[in-house]
Amino acid sequence: MTLDEILASLFPSSHRVERGSSGTVHGTAKVEGQGDVTVVGIVEGTPLGIDGAILLAGHVLAAVEAGGRAPIIVLVDTSSQNMARRDELMGLNEYLAHLAKSLALAAQHGHPTVSVLFGHAAAGAFIATALSSESLVALPGAEPSVMDLPSISRVTKLPLDQLKELAKSTPIFAPGVEPLFATGAVAETWSVNEPFAQRLAALLRQPVATSDQRDRIGFERKGRLLAQKVAERVAIEAAAHV
Amino acid sequence: MSNLLQPHKADWYEASARERIAGLLDPTSFAEFLGPEQRAVSPHLAQFGLTGAFDDGIVVGRGSCGDHEVFVAAQEGQFLGGAFGEVHGAKLVGLLRAARAGAGRGGPRAVLLLLDTGGVRLQEANAGELAISEIIRAIIDVRTAGVPVLALVGGRAGAFGGGGIITACCSRIVVSEHARVSVSGPEVIETNKGVEEFDARDRALVWRVCGARTRYLTGGADRYVKGSIEDFREAATSLISHAPTFELSTLKAEQQRLTERLQHFGDCRDAPEIWRKAGLTQPDRITDITDDAFLAIQRPKGADHDAR
Amino acid sequence: MEQFHVHGTTKRRAGGHRHQAITGVNVSGNLEILVERALPDNECLVEVKTAVTGFRPIWEAVVQEFFVRSSPGGLRFSINDGGARPDTVTLRLMQSVQLMENER
Repeated sequence: MTLDEILASLFPSSHRVERGSSGTVHGTAKVEGQGDVTVVGIVEGTPLGIDGAILLAGHVLAAVEAGGRAPIIVLVDTSSQNMARRDELMGLNEYLAHLAKSLALAAQHGHPTVSVLFGHAAAGAFIATALSSESLVALPGAEPSVMDLPSISRVTKLPLDQLKELAKSTPIFAPGVEPLFATGAVAETWSVNEPFAQRLAALLRQPVATSDQRDRIGFERKGRLLAQKVAERVAIEAAAHV
Repeated sequence: MSNLLQPHKADWYEASARERIAGLLDPTSFAEFLGPEQRAVSPHLAQFGLTGAFDDGIVVGRGSCGDHEVFVAAQEGQFLGGAFGEVHGAKLVGLLRAARAGAGRGGPRAVLLLLDTGGVRLQEANAGELAISEIIRAIIDVRTAGVPVLALVGGRAGAFGGGGIITACCSRIVVSEHARVSVSGPEVIETNKGVEEFDARDRALVWRVCGARTRYLTGGADRYVKGSIEDFREAATSLISHAPTFELSTLKAEQQRLTERLQHFGDCRDAPEIWRKAGLTQPDRITDITDDAFLAIQRPKGADHDAR
Repeated sequence: MEQFHVHGTTKRRAGGHRHQAITGVNVSGNLEILVERALPDNECLVEVKTAVTGFRPIWEAVVQEFFVRSSPGGLRFSINDGGARPDTVTLRLMQSVQLMENER
């Protein structure tokens, strides 16, 4: 689906979302039951670098400063973080962290944050956008990943065929919506036949969890069988020392 | 085990995760959570023909550091590159959540993260990436509850990938000369963009782009220390009481300083150009001079800040 | 990957009061040893997990010699091996006994 199709489907009554520089988009849109929502995004497969990250963070912080509790929708069709000397020299880690922090701040201030992934997102770009909102929704065409299988094969020295075979029995490393749904990263997947606007309205009507539920969800979906338990065991031992 | 007699005098870079903790905290004060005898190991490594570690490469617990009770997590950078796996990441998530729960009620005064990581453990890629996101969220929650989180970076693996992002979510960052803090590794940039863009074998270039001295001089780190564990301890104890709070005004100030950095230096191709523009003397020698000489330099305007 | 154990008997209990200790790192050329005071006084055990296959006889010889030399009665040693040489294995085993025998 193209960006315009996604926008029309998510916000059929109206939207004023415009393209900015560095592959970003920004604006407002109407969602049933919510009034105006803030929309930001990184689109058209543009890698997320220092320029895009600082722009997006600025929009998010402006929404926080404006007050209210309007939801913030983050549209994601990026690739990985921008792989360039300039970005690392300037401290890309700080720019990506700043975006992640800004989205968390918005949630703290009562703005529900929802990422809508409809293209690629990998590694640092994935962390700073899709994984930094309270909910992550995958649309048709979503291709989330940490790293592609051939690269994983190169680094781990396991033949690609063997990796593909392994991926059938565990969602712990393979790219794609299914493994990331099973491990708890993706909250919902929407299919082409569904009216996205209504799904979004329904999602925004749900009460927002007061704490990070992804490890619990990963356990329930059997994608991450240990994470929640291990975190709990550490917390219990820590509490015993107080 | 030459560090046994004087653990705090030992070199951070050479030390293991456990040795760093032993030297950082007051003697015998460390109590480990989910220690190695509990064998909380990774179930995902055997299928890759890999053996594991009894603590899955991260040591978490609490202890005292001078006047402060702290929680501490130390990554073992030599074990699978200190990378985040399911259990490894969950141990840190649990520690941070416990710090949040105990805030103001007998909990720690600060959390010290001894980061030494190449990023996500690819054999457990999705669990590692998710753990990093959960850690980021937990760090923000702890900071919001008034408990500072300090990143201490100076080991073999540096703080790469998600580790670099975690570093910049902390209240304060301490680095020593060995540290590299970055998102993409130099080899990955070279593979994707070519050797002209980044010659990954040029060590001096790597340190000029991602290394501690550049981070410190641009405001990407708050304290630069010489390499002993004691140096890190001193820096950490003094920074605990000078940590920025997590709130809108802090992030607005960060938005401003990061924007200004791009405005002033965004067209620089290498670190010496930045130093030249910033008016530092002998910009080409910054990476060569001793730690003492480096510490005598006055940081460029804007590098010293509370906006993190 | 190989997993096996080497069992021994000793005349002497390992000294000290520590219940457990850990030393080393599982990285190429090195090994990690977790030692626990978990057995009857005259028994000792080394459990090995290694990604380097085919060296079991050497491990058994090295470990048995260590048992004779150090008499670590009552101790169970669990090893994650990163391909350490025999002399490194011996050194780490002896270090781990030293840790157990030192006062805390």
